Amino acid sequence: MGRFVVRRILQAIPVLIGVTFLIFYLVFALKGDPIQALAGEKRADPNVAAMLREQYHLNDPKIVQYWHYISGVFTGDLGTTYTGRPISEIVSERFPVTLKLALTAFGIEAVIGITAGIFAALKKGKFVDNLVLISTLVLISIPVFVLGSVLQLELGVKLDITPVAGIDDGWPTSYILPAFVLASTSMAYIARLTRASMMESIRADYVRTAIAKGLPRRRVIGIHTLRNSLIPVVTFLGMDLGALMGGAIITERLFNLPGIGGQLAKSVYLRERPVVVGLVTLLVLIYLVANLVVDLLYAVLDPRIRYE
Amino acid sequence: MSEKTMEKTAPADGPVSEKALEAEEKAAARQASLLRDGWEILRKRPMFYISAFVIVILLALAIAPGLFTSRSPFSDGFCQLQNSLNPPTSGHMFGYDVQGCDIYTRSVFGTRNSIIVGVVTALATTAIGGLLGIIAGLRGGWVDTILSRVTEVFFALPLIVGALLIMSIVGGGDAWSVSLIMAVLGWPQVFRIMRGEVIANKHNDYVMAAKALGADTTRIAFRHILPNTLAPVIVVTTMNLGVYISAEAALSYLGIGIQHPNISWGLMISDATDRFLTSPHALLFPAAVLSITVLAFIMLGDVVRDAFDPKMR
Repeated sequence: MGRFVVRRILQAIPVLIGVTFLIFYLVFALKGDPIQALAGEKRADPNVAAMLREQYHLNDPKIVQYWHYISGVFTGDLGTTYTGRPISEIVSERFPVTLKLALTAFGIEAVIGITAGIFAALKKGKFVDNLVLISTLVLISIPVFVLGSVLQLELGVKLDITPVAGIDDGWPTSYILPAFVLASTSMAYIARLTRASMMESIRADYVRTAIAKGLPRRRVIGIHTLRNSLIPVVTFLGMDLGALMGGAIITERLFNLPGIGGQLAKSVYLRERPVVVGLVTLLVLIYLVANLVVDLLYAVLDPRIRYE
Repeated sequence: MSEKTMEKTAPADGPVSEKALEAEEKAAARQASLLRDGWEILRKRPMFYISAFVIVILLALAIAPGLFTSRSPFSDGFCQLQNSLNPPTSGHMFGYDVQGCDIYTRSVFGTRNSIIVGVVTALATTAIGGLLGIIAGLRGGWVDTILSRVTEVFFALPLIVGALLIMSIVGGGDAWSVSLIMAVLGWPQVFRIMRGEVIANKHNDYVMAAKALGADTTRIAFRHILPNTLAPVIVVTTMNLGVYISAEAALSYLGIGIQHPNISWGLMISDATDRFLTSPHALLFPAAVLSITVLAFIMLGDVVRDAFDPKMR
């Protein structure tokens, strides 16, 4: 077990280096001369340019520049905006919003998705099953920003039961609708995954044995079947937590939530490249760490997994 | 080692091995019946016909938009500001957008970009990922190690986040540049599936038999292994069509995908967002067209998976 954990962590390191190098290369190496870009159409003053080049290590070889970038990332220095504000400050201000949104969405998709999947599997071919199948298909097909806009109009403006945008009403109230929209696609996938997995394990021998032993149906379904069929669902949920944090870009923009994703969308729109790079690096790191944790947890949860 | 000795002995009894190769070819044709089985299942599903019907209409819209509307969004005087945000009327059934352009005509002409992005990206990812997957799976060793590490790096970059990063640097543009960027980010998925399938298949008896008969690596890869590993790749390619169309709309919605004056449903939706509360029609009609398109491709992906994925039978 210990060896597995160490090996898995060691495996994550080259990926981390690779992906940060990819981001670095794309941004800092491909695109022209940043000092000239700062000066605009005029020719940059050679003395100022030389000073800036020295200050931002632009005369160093690419690999040294990469080292400056990566060591900055790991000491919490994600760079500064064009106006000189550190990006880490923006992050610490906005991160709680994104985290709350992602966790709320996570809860919604887990509860609704798994419940719908179980009911569909138990009533295979009946009305409930078809309802779940069709509604998941629709949820998967409607783009997030369309679903979000429509719900915003219907629930927020016409019926006035949820806030339209912003976080002025605090945690549960302001976050429920955006979290539901953010969760919608994954919720549909979880419902389908649970359904398929339940239908598979409901035919298994140990379920038949449990029924033959005369165990009550609640126990057969709730303990024997459910526990085994939830393994792939738990994996999906874990992987999705990282994706939810990154996927909040559209939802946060739509509902005007002051989170990381909303800031990223705004910075893309305003062409603030340093902020985009800093935030994308952060999102990728979160995604990687989340997946690593899930892998490790998964090994703990499922005793059948091989450690070698 | 054994492969080399086989190759040396093969020319010695030419006619025999030629006959053997012919027989082997016929066998290969029979083995490809996994796909034919899938087709038989597909033919019986009503969902397949519904999605195929919608997709045929979409293809017609993409190829010849002029058949569906007498107006052209690129002609002079197409947009009249006095019509700005006018609701649907009899001659203009989707109404007008902020700029006073007819939404129906723009929606019709926007189909081509969505279809291009979906089809080109899905095919490009399949071609790149599939080819590299076969190479990595068959060669193994350091080629496999390097390619697998590279895919892990790409996997750490979610599609929208990665596309956001690249497009904020190189800028969006037309359907082709968006497809190219998404293909660069998307191929590892197909690579992983293809590589796994090839590794699972390469020690099978039929591959050994082909080797023993003196077939070279290229022949084994494309005549023997490919037909047997194609089904999961077809499934994921079909399912990805809808995913990529949806992703393009999301990127255009964020303002970094397809740019004006190109027409994109995502861009039309984005333009209509600001005035959504007072004139929802400008958003809802392109959104409906987009949703129906994605739905059709997702449905197709669903039935294709049911038909071709052996694990689903």
